[in-house]
Amino acid sequence: MFAVLLEQTADGQRYIDWLVSGLGWTLALAFFGWWIAFAVGVVVGIGRTVQNRAVAALARLYVEIFRNIPVLVQMFLWYFVLPELLPTALGNAIKQIPPPWGSFFPALVCLGLYTAARIAEQVRAGIEALPKGQVEAASALGLSGYLTYRHVIVPQALRLIIPSLTSEVMGIYKNTSVALTIGLMELTAQARQISEATFQTFTAFGAATLVYLALALIAYQGMALIDRAVRIPGTGRAENAVEPTATRVAQQVGSLPDAMEVVK
Amino acid sequence: MNSLDFSIVVQAWPYLWSGLLFSLALTAVAFVVGLVLGTCLALVQHFELPVIGRLVRGYVALMRSIPLILVLFWFFFLVPIVLGHLSGNGRPVPIGATWTAFITFGLFEAAYYSEIIRVGLRAVNRGQFEACQALALSTFDTYRSVILPQVLRVASPIILSQTIILFQDTSLVYVLSLTDLLGAASKLAQLNGRLVEMYLVIAVVYLAISSAASQCVASLRKRYAIAGR
Repeated sequence: MFAVLLEQTADGQRYIDWLVSGLGWTLALAFFGWWIAFAVGVVVGIGRTVQNRAVAALARLYVEIFRNIPVLVQMFLWYFVLPELLPTALGNAIKQIPPPWGSFFPALVCLGLYTAARIAEQVRAGIEALPKGQVEAASALGLSGYLTYRHVIVPQALRLIIPSLTSEVMGIYKNTSVALTIGLMELTAQARQISEATFQTFTAFGAATLVYLALALIAYQGMALIDRAVRIPGTGRAENAVEPTATRVAQQVGSLPDAMEVVK
Repeated sequence: MNSLDFSIVVQAWPYLWSGLLFSLALTAVAFVVGLVLGTCLALVQHFELPVIGRLVRGYVALMRSIPLILVLFWFFFLVPIVLGHLSGNGRPVPIGATWTAFITFGLFEAAYYSEIIRVGLRAVNRGQFEACQALALSTFDTYRSVILPQVLRVASPIILSQTIILFQDTSLVYVLSLTDLLGAASKLAQLNGRLVEMYLVIAVVYLAISSAASQCVASLRKRYAIAGR
């Protein structure tokens, strides 16, 4: 069924090379986009929890804007609209970035900042889930606000939200497919191109689907690995230990928000 | 930088409005179909039916692992073939992009809603099932009158948040060249060259609708929380 992928294309490559190149762009977007998203998301998420009203309001504005505009529309704003709004010289310079980088950078910024808003909400939820005693103990020890966040709150909150960050990781690699609308030849775009060139639609989309499934599995396992590696000893969800039914039910109720933050 | 001229948007408004109506119709249909079908999928998994339970699990996992755009491409290609087989003569039935979009979103969202409801089902206290047994309710009555109403109530804020995401995702039908809100704006932008104004305006429209809906969900969550939970 997949034999057609090994056939020669018009440009002397094999179709599978198109898929691999598409996978490369997908991974590059997802990987670098993730670090932008994580950095901005943690800062904005912290911003939403601080006392300073102006900072909290700004952080909230950021989340509202980036979460409530469809990612495809944001993609168009970065790609088509931003160069027009900048001073002419700068705008023209941006438009003259050669392909594929001219599509890659807007897509990267778009996905990074979009996912950042979603991560910020998780970070905020993680910080708010910490017992109040943590902050009180920190201030009893004479830690400043900065040191409290740096050494007490953020390290715990980030560990707490790792399971729900899994769906954001899966979200960002799935959202890379939106970049095809601004001309980036990532995995889905390559699959479509192969299907149009060979009329073997089943094979082309099937191969892409298998690759996405593998990526999902890797993301899932990788996050589970990180979760186990950084867990504070004694605080884990003891899955193997005998536990009363009541706590298990409570955990399942508690796990509802995970399902909520689903992204396509 | 050219000066912005938003008067063009006023002229274009009827067309944009029809696009918005399509987006909303797609959201509504996908919501109803997805929720009904998703509840069925969740129940099948919940009852741990032999073969079909596994198939459903696989379906949900698959839908949640691949991008919606790829699913749209798949269905655009597959649905005519499947319909052809169903109709008996084996020839693909061309149904057009609009029907594809409705079918795809319904089936795709079902996977996401079913996951929410499945988790909700697991969270129901066992005493509820035992009480139904003590009252000699049939399985159907147990779920219809006791279990599902609780699940839907507990899960409703999450279901509604998911529906807001669904509304935003309807913009992806752009890849099928349909005229939803974004599609309308992009077609007009190509005609009049005013893409800056067009895209800025629809961004604001999406922002206003989604953010108003989020506020409603947040206040509903406060008002209708089951006491003591």
